[in-house]
Amino acid sequence: MTVVLLDPTGERSPVERTQTKRPTSLDGLTVGLLDISKPRGNVFLDRLESLLHEGGIATRRYKKPTYTKPAPIDLRHEIARECQAVIEALAD
Amino acid sequence: MATLTALRDSVSRELGDGVHAFVKRECEACVLVAPVLATLVVEQRVSSVLSQDDASFPAVVTAVGIVGDETDLRRSVALSIETVPTLIRIADGVEAERVVGWNIAEWSAFIGRDLADDFGSLPPWRPGCGAKNLDIGMPEILAVRFGLTSVRSRRVELASAEDEHEAMYARGWSDGLPLVPPTEERVTRVLMGTSRRPDEIVAIVPPDLAECTVEKVAINAVMAGCRPEYLPVVLAAVNAACTSTFNAHGLLATTYFSGPVLVVNGPIAADIGMNHGVNVFGQGNRANATIGRALQLVVRNVGGGLPGGVDRATFGNPGKVGFAFAEAPDTGWGSLATDRGIAAGVSALTLFAGEGPRGIVDQKSRTADSLVRSFAACLRTVAHPKLPLGFDAIVAISPEHLRTFRADGWDRERLRAELLALLQLPGAEIVRGAGGIEEGVPAAFAEHTLPKFRPGGLLFTQCGGEAGMFSAIIGGWVNGTEGSEPCTVEIDPWR
Repeated sequence: MTVVLLDPTGERSPVERTQTKRPTSLDGLTVGLLDISKPRGNVFLDRLESLLHEGGIATRRYKKPTYTKPAPIDLRHEIARECQAVIEALAD
Repeated sequence: MATLTALRDSVSRELGDGVHAFVKRECEACVLVAPVLATLVVEQRVSSVLSQDDASFPAVVTAVGIVGDETDLRRSVALSIETVPTLIRIADGVEAERVVGWNIAEWSAFIGRDLADDFGSLPPWRPGCGAKNLDIGMPEILAVRFGLTSVRSRRVELASAEDEHEAMYARGWSDGLPLVPPTEERVTRVLMGTSRRPDEIVAIVPPDLAECTVEKVAINAVMAGCRPEYLPVVLAAVNAACTSTFNAHGLLATTYFSGPVLVVNGPIAADIGMNHGVNVFGQGNRANATIGRALQLVVRNVGGGLPGGVDRATFGNPGKVGFAFAEAPDTGWGSLATDRGIAAGVSALTLFAGEGPRGIVDQKSRTADSLVRSFAACLRTVAHPKLPLGFDAIVAISPEHLRTFRADGWDRERLRAELLALLQLPGAEIVRGAGGIEEGVPAAFAEHTLPKFRPGGLLFTQCGGEAGMFSAIIGGWVNGTEGSEPCTVEIDPWR
């Protein structure tokens, strides 16, 4: 179960922390491949995954329950913990 | 946010017209009237029996099949049930009347049937028991469960695999020590410590000049570890600290050692269990440790005042995590609060921009005349022995030292007058270069005498353990309009 806290700040800055800078190279990184549950997104990600593996890049696969809503916080946290970069498939 | 009125209307319609009984198994009065309710259900005089703690109680009624499982307590909250048993009559979708507890005559009149006929052997009256929805801790849990709280702060959702303590550190909310996670339930509970509305503005908090509501103070008080009854003290502190008189902005920004020091007087100190005795400035007392911390967390989180940001202290001091203590109850020598214009017996807070305490050791003096000279010698060193007038001080007088002054008949005014007389600094001793020290006042003062402390610049408080011929000095930051004025305010307006 997720925990919900109340923000103790003056709420002048976004609660989400700033994005990590885009990596200049994927060498040595684990890349998350996020299927957002749009049709054929998996086809796109399968192809990307094989290309990444050819380049010796480690990957992990994830899937959102539905493309209509933001990824659940647990999924976001899991990706952030396990990967240093993520590619989302927006196929149709 | 739902409202209690909306929930009440909805639950009243849902229950429907008729008489509804609220009970719980652990209440002896409810067990006593279980056979009565069973009969009334069979006679269709009672429409439902709602059991708060056990869906199978009363067993006889359960058998009839109309017992209500009220273990989620939603209808109890909606109808503000305070006691079980309670009978409520709903007519045309709204509550028409209720009867609380067991009274055979009242119930007979309410139901329209003489219960003495069948139940005359029962005790005629039992007051009933407190309803489960009012158990300690339950009102706030239920308010959150049914969307009835009025807290508005942004919700920060953490992942289930995320460590909540680490998450709070990562967001920069902590002063370095662990925080109590500010869940809606905890914040709602602490808000019960004041009658003020959660959205009321308490202060504009520097350095960001952010509006700070009662709710934001409560969130930071939860994180600091405060209990609900501490909240009025914290609210009074936040309000007083953010005035231009006290000048929390300058106090934060200064390179000086100081931070806010809170001295609590009056009945609230004992009510909330503050320490004025052994180890008064030390660890081990929850109220002392958390009230000052809550103020500092408000400055940090609401005001955005971060060390290394606007807080430019060269050293700071450990009290900047939070420094609050109580003065000992007045035994006829007056108190810091009465000295500063508050009526005796009134709860008050004095805010002082102070550094860490330093000791006055005098284990030999047995007369006020001797002891006051020790006090003066130590007080002369506040900030620097050659700097007059610019810095105030709190003198915390221990029981053993106070005994010496009182034995010689010295009251507060005598002590103050004697100290001020001993602390007239000859200009020749304090001008720049005197004593081989470049620090000091301009040479033009060489022929003058300057007082170490300005009028009102010496504050006395009585505290500390019974044993030990020590007192303490809490030196102040720059006083006056350039710095901070001590502020003494009543606490009760924040209850």
